[in-house]
Amino acid sequence: MSPTAPPARRQLLLPPVAASPFPYHPGSLLSLDDLTLDDLSHILARATALETMDPLVRDRILAKRRVALLFYESSTRTRTSFELAAKSLGADTALVSSLSSSIEKGESLKDTGLTLRALGAEAIILRHNSSGAAWLLEAETRLPVLNAGDGMHQHPTQALLDLRTILTHLRPGVESVNAETLAGVTVTIVGDILHSRVARSNMMLLPRLGARVILCGPPALLPALAAHAGPGIAIERDFEAALRQSQAVMMLRIQAERLAGLQLDLEEYKAAYQLTGPRLAAFAPNAIVLHPGPIIRGLELTAGVADGPQSVILEQVKNGVAIRMAVVERALTTAADKGGRA
Amino acid sequence: MTALAILGGHLIDPAAGIDAPKDLLLKDGRVAEIAAPGKLKATNGAEVLNAAGLTVAPGLIDIHVHLREPGQGYKETIATGTAAAAAGGFTAVAAMPNTRPVNDSPEITRWMLAPERGAAVRVFPIAAATRGSKGEAINDYAALKSAGAVAVSDDGLPILKDSVMREVLAAAARVGLSVIQHAEDTRLTQGASMNLGPMSFKLGLRGMPPEAESSLVERDIRLITELREARAHLHIAHVSTAGAIAAVRQARRSGLRVTCEVAPHHFLLTDQHVGLYSTHAKMCPPLRSAADRDAMIEALLDGVVDAIATDHAPHAVHEKEVEFENAPNGVIGLETALGLSLRWLHKEWKLPLGRVLSLLSAQPAALLGMKGRGTLAAGSFADVVVFDPKAEWTYRAREGKSKSRNTPFDGFAMQGKVRWTISEGRIAYNPDPM
Repeated sequence: MSPTAPPARRQLLLPPVAASPFPYHPGSLLSLDDLTLDDLSHILARATALETMDPLVRDRILAKRRVALLFYESSTRTRTSFELAAKSLGADTALVSSLSSSIEKGESLKDTGLTLRALGAEAIILRHNSSGAAWLLEAETRLPVLNAGDGMHQHPTQALLDLRTILTHLRPGVESVNAETLAGVTVTIVGDILHSRVARSNMMLLPRLGARVILCGPPALLPALAAHAGPGIAIERDFEAALRQSQAVMMLRIQAERLAGLQLDLEEYKAAYQLTGPRLAAFAPNAIVLHPGPIIRGLELTAGVADGPQSVILEQVKNGVAIRMAVVERALTTAADKGGRA
Repeated sequence: MTALAILGGHLIDPAAGIDAPKDLLLKDGRVAEIAAPGKLKATNGAEVLNAAGLTVAPGLIDIHVHLREPGQGYKETIATGTAAAAAGGFTAVAAMPNTRPVNDSPEITRWMLAPERGAAVRVFPIAAATRGSKGEAINDYAALKSAGAVAVSDDGLPILKDSVMREVLAAAARVGLSVIQHAEDTRLTQGASMNLGPMSFKLGLRGMPPEAESSLVERDIRLITELREARAHLHIAHVSTAGAIAAVRQARRSGLRVTCEVAPHHFLLTDQHVGLYSTHAKMCPPLRSAADRDAMIEALLDGVVDAIATDHAPHAVHEKEVEFENAPNGVIGLETALGLSLRWLHKEWKLPLGRVLSLLSAQPAALLGMKGRGTLAAGSFADVVVFDPKAEWTYRAREGKSKSRNTPFDGFAMQGKVRWTISEGRIAYNPDPM
């Protein structure tokens, strides 16, 4: 090929990208893209209202309604907090996990979903190892589906509870959000961005509220094209330079289960990206430290940081219950005939 | 056999250089006569097809389809696949060997060609290049050719070993068969289910880098350069990346026998069309970036592409109703290729009708040495498509003839409606019988 300028490109009219093939159930939460800023404000407000409500009153909101938890991956926080959230509202929950069900015998996601619906489930909370599985489940069951993590794609309630945690510390008292709420705030997400649905969720959500998101990690775990995933996202490979700009730091676990043969020198990784006490004190002494869990002490962060005064990790866990009460309530109290988003 | 007279139509036969109103007489499976309107000599007893206002052209030829037989009749059979071909205006299809078992023997090749298969149009088997398509032992190409194979390929399972590919090219050249390569360095695409780019990152899916295609095309071109004396013919299946097209363009300038095909989905759609994990937009090679797609259009317009081929790959509904990563690759395409090519290549991008038809008939016929096809010169096979070039319609997958429905083009606007497809003098498709 000649190195000279390429030929002038013709103006080409092309087939449009088709809209989504089915309307989502308006109570579903599949991706953060589904939520408007008003929806976000509503969920945050309901989380607070439900958290502070008399448990005996709260218990009647979804009394005897049926919620299924369908888990294809192991989980401690997400599963337990969804279950506690649904139960706090009075709902009955049933847990189906891939290792102790007919999924082991080869039953498909579609058939599992239809079976749960036939058993009376009115909403399904799905954790799945394949990106996009939540859309499939909703398309086949037409039930409200709450995405509790799909492959490397998204984990919407994690981003919502992270948002609640960030607001508590950086914008105390704020519950109604808009495009300026987090203006001036920089959140750095550090580590295995490539395999992280938590990173994808937060990088899609936080810039919509005015925050800057810095992604930080080695090229093997953070490809350059991540910066093109949406507006307000930048890449900074130098951890200390990123820390210096940050009001919040979100550390991620190296996801050994998704590395797919990728070889990583952990000592080298720790030298560059481990959040240590001295590093935090030197470069971000006032930032809050978040982690979606599970944490691996001594790898992505030291025990001292995890247990230290800047850590809000357990607050995140607690916020998970409140946020999940709000989204489970929303799933079961939003009528399907209200019309979904196209 | 009865004779057919196609009267009053406008004949476009790019290979014969005809673009004029002509009447056509078909007899005994061959083109008997072409004449100015009203001037046919021997129409006595011939059944008459009134082609007024219609275009008459050589039957279309798709050199890349999967008919799924033997072994996977629940997806498609030779009968249903060729019925879909006829509905799309195709009179000949070349069937890839990734059947169960793999078509790596003269017995299977002959089985596919047996009349009991009920083919509506002519099937040309492509035999496996290596035993079981495992990329190791070379098959007996002379025997495969005499059984009816027109090319060899391990489609879907690219031949990665240089030594094996070199031997395949040389052995095929000795018996005059083309080698069709599915260019994908599978060492770079493990676990990936769509194109690598911002979209795959956003969707959280592992991506196939465009280099996985272009690097293997470059490797193959290196091998064919070494075999220049042997006149080996390398055909690159379903090119999808700008890099691979650039390599083919360069090889052609150097006078090498390197050809390529592009599928409609690769010159029309991009990875954005995966949307929210639509398994009907999952195929291999995957839908690429807009820049890659634009490169396909440029290459079609400027002549680097030799053929439009659909890579018609049927899968049952339940196989595609699964998680995106778990869904099989492939989309059907026989019933949409003409409608999309006319709608976009011709109407929108102004490629002359003759050029579009040539990409769908004369050129693929020449590429695989299908003698007497891809043209309507007197004496040729009576393979004809008659279509209304102006008719606009909407494709509905559920109304199709294929056994499967896996297409990204459901609901798309089409241009050009097939009125008759005639295979060796027989009407193979007529949507509106009197």
